[in-house]
Amino acid sequence: MKQELLHNGLLVGAMILASVITRFLPFFLFPAGKKTPRYITFLSQTLPYAAIALLVVYCLKDISFEYPYGIPEFLSVGIVVLLHLLKGNSLLSIGAGTACYMFLVQAIF
Amino acid sequence: MKNSVNFEALRYAFPKTLPVMAGYLVLGAAYGILLNVNGYGIWWALFISTFVYAGSLQYLGITFFTAVVNPWYALVMSLMLNARHLFYGLSMLDRYKDAGKIKPYLIYSLTDETFSVLCNEEVPRDIQKHQVYFYVSILDHLYWVCGTAIGALAGTVLRFDTAGMDFALTALFTVIFVDQWKSGKGHRASLTGFAAALLGILIFGRGIFIIPAMILILMILTLEYKGWKGGSNETGVTS
Repeated sequence: MKQELLHNGLLVGAMILASVITRFLPFFLFPAGKKTPRYITFLSQTLPYAAIALLVVYCLKDISFEYPYGIPEFLSVGIVVLLHLLKGNSLLSIGAGTACYMFLVQAIF
Repeated sequence: MKNSVNFEALRYAFPKTLPVMAGYLVLGAAYGILLNVNGYGIWWALFISTFVYAGSLQYLGITFFTAVVNPWYALVMSLMLNARHLFYGLSMLDRYKDAGKIKPYLIYSLTDETFSVLCNEEVPRDIQKHQVYFYVSILDHLYWVCGTAIGALAGTVLRFDTAGMDFALTALFTVIFVDQWKSGKGHRASLTGFAAALLGILIFGRGIFIIPAMILILMILTLEYKGWKGGSNETGVTS
């Protein structure tokens, strides 16, 4: 019992350590006081675009090619994109897209 | 930096966090329920959500517990899963540069969602931007911890059907993607991210594609760097 508690504590410690390392490392390697290499400045200005695209795909990675063929996801993402292009109101786009998705997965599919 | 609550910044920050609220309450609650089902009560849930504060890592952590894995293995797996945060840190170096006392907390609490809200946020000049960053960060953190607590305590008696509510986070990322696209900047980098992610899934499968995709992104962007003429004031590569 005591050993199990300790072991779980170590596991949580490992997760905290990983979280801290991956979040602090860039700031540790390139401190604000020193001149940041030009290449890193370039990355810091282009990575946000690539990272968000990566996140969108990451969210949709579990789409199934079997029924319902990802239809709820594609429809809802389509609505988000369309509304956001037309109205440009973030909360409206996200709210309507989420409501649509909830309706589709709860009531239709 | 003032120590009192900056209501102006808080009022500006709060609406930005609403999609994260929806997503985190649901995903946090789901996490609390899962922990509970596996025999870990509210204190584990609160501690982990407060200090690990990384959604997908925490879900993976449940399998660490049940499989009683070696802590070193847990550390390596966690580092790999969390490696995408290196991207976020690199992206925020400039933004968080002069954040002062709150900087360590801003870095510590930089999740996928907080990053996505802040990475192209243009705070109006009359509002203190670092205060906005701080409120967005701490509100998101609170949502996550509250969601976990709700799940750990009341998970089994929740009656409202929340199935699909976590789509709010997908929608959030999509909206930010569209905003970035409309800004006219970084088109090539956006497409690079998309292509690398899809290619990663095709080659490595949906389980482990993130790191190969990140490496691919770095390689392609590095090719672009050769022709990069931007200085410190430009905010992206135009396509």
